[in-house]
Amino acid sequence: MTAGPARNELHQVERELALELDAAQPRIPRLRWRRPFAFLALIVLTLVLWEGAKFLGGTPWRLPGQGPGDPIIWNPPFRWAFANDLNLPHVWNILYAFGQPFQRGAEETLLQYLLGAAFYTWREAVLGFVLGSLLGLGLATAFVHSRLAERAFVPYVIASQTIPIIALAPLIVFAMGQGVLAVVVIATYLTFFPVTIAMLRGLRSFDPRALELLRSYGASKRGVYTKLRLPASMPYFFTALKIAATASIVGAIIGEDTGAIQEGLGRVITTFNQYYATGPEKLWAAIIIAALLGITFFLIVRVAEIVVLRGRPGIDA
Amino acid sequence: MAGAETQPVVQITGVDKTFTGRDAGQTVALQGIDLDIAPGEFVSLIGPSGCGKSTLLRVIGDLVQPTRGTVRVNGKSAEQARRDRDYGMVFQAPVLFDWRSVEDNVKLPLEILGKPKAWRAQRAKEMLELVELGDFTRHMPYQLSGGMQQRVAIARALSFEPRILLMDEPFGALDEMTRERMNDEVLRIWQQTGTTIVFVTHSIPEAVYLSSRVVVMSARPGRITKIVDIDVPRPRDDESRESERYFQLITEVREALRAGGGELDDSGTASARRTLAEGAVG
Repeated sequence: MTAGPARNELHQVERELALELDAAQPRIPRLRWRRPFAFLALIVLTLVLWEGAKFLGGTPWRLPGQGPGDPIIWNPPFRWAFANDLNLPHVWNILYAFGQPFQRGAEETLLQYLLGAAFYTWREAVLGFVLGSLLGLGLATAFVHSRLAERAFVPYVIASQTIPIIALAPLIVFAMGQGVLAVVVIATYLTFFPVTIAMLRGLRSFDPRALELLRSYGASKRGVYTKLRLPASMPYFFTALKIAATASIVGAIIGEDTGAIQEGLGRVITTFNQYYATGPEKLWAAIIIAALLGITFFLIVRVAEIVVLRGRPGIDA
Repeated sequence: MAGAETQPVVQITGVDKTFTGRDAGQTVALQGIDLDIAPGEFVSLIGPSGCGKSTLLRVIGDLVQPTRGTVRVNGKSAEQARRDRDYGMVFQAPVLFDWRSVEDNVKLPLEILGKPKAWRAQRAKEMLELVELGDFTRHMPYQLSGGMQQRVAIARALSFEPRILLMDEPFGALDEMTRERMNDEVLRIWQQTGTTIVFVTHSIPEAVYLSSRVVVMSARPGRITKIVDIDVPRPRDDESRESERYFQLITEVREALRAGGGELDDSGTASARRTLAEGAVG
């Protein structure tokens, strides 16, 4: 190839690189299957405990979809109130209910109905999530550039979150009128807080020497913000967005309930709660879908995080 | 060597710098500094911990304001020179942006200067080839060794063709072998680009090997005690490192340091950190 010294240089470089990569090894998780495995194991454990309690102290067991009068297939030795079919329906009965019409005479199955409601809620939550994140980012940006603004307003930002959302939601609905807008505002209200607080720190998390470097280039405040503060804050931003994603779903569900929105999960949960005695499986099914919705939104943000932060050291945490 | 007929690139007259601590304690970092640096010179600042050599470098680069005295750079105020992008800075730590690839790190100053995209790419490629990292453009900083990262920092500092390169113990964290290799690299770049270099170090051999002049400083208060002209012939290489003149000059610098009451402290980095912290506040 090339002359001796250049080759030597290259070998040296390769060795240095190999050493560095060795040092970098612990950052790369070797057993990637461990996490999904642990997740599955936890689900199985929950199911075992759930059905185990019913096996020992539940209502006499019948086949899915059957009720009093149908043949008993197992008679538990004890009778524990928390494990009876009203408080803790069988897992298979919940799964069975997913495939049944969501109400008498309806064409849609419960699963289809819940997925539709979840999608509706999700769209409201996304709007609140986006608005809340932008608001949080904007506030934090203003605060890191003005000590005065920070001192004056941060206490109010914190105070805003000490008011129970249950108390505040009716006021927002009253002010905004019943409708999607009020729901979005409530979701925004729950979302902006974690983003503001995280970015207050994130926008200051840069290396001070990097600021000196940018000053030596004669960079403007705007340049410092876009080239240094903002990119340096991204790990904080995504941590906050993951909290905000789940909070926005909770906010949307509470908002739908208060704002009497018919189509979303909030309404579904209220209704199934009212008719719990005649179909406890339905409320449990709705809770499962609401949880899955939150997890899905979380995972979407997580994927965005991996894409945006790829190449940075130690982002797997 | 210090061209009397040409106008100096850096002209420091009567500079004092006093830091005021939080508990009203005062530290005199620099006192009565006068120094002219000619175009294309390689000047090293050497001295014990706390002698203000890093502060002096930052005063030249307008990152620290002098308490008294004036600094003219290319006939302008230091601030104007900074705004005109006359400076390239290299610190002891590479300070690479870990979310940017090697190439994008070199492009950073060019982006701030608003250079066209094609030019930035072209320039980054050239600079990385200059520091012999042409094969690592797409790597991320953490994938490189300390010496390689520091070379990226040098490529970045040179990318916008600054008229002065300010280097603050750039190789202080490297092992001796890598440091010697980097010294040769800096000399090669200096000869190729003709940039004026001001170089802070606490290594006597490094200062003598690289410089046209070595400025010896002493601590408390930080002041210049002696300026040693280095007349070891160029180009310098391993043979220069074994020449008699080289050793004579090393001895001369060492004696000047002793006379100034300074014990060279291996952790001369402490002063850099302190002035850095102060500078960031002020």
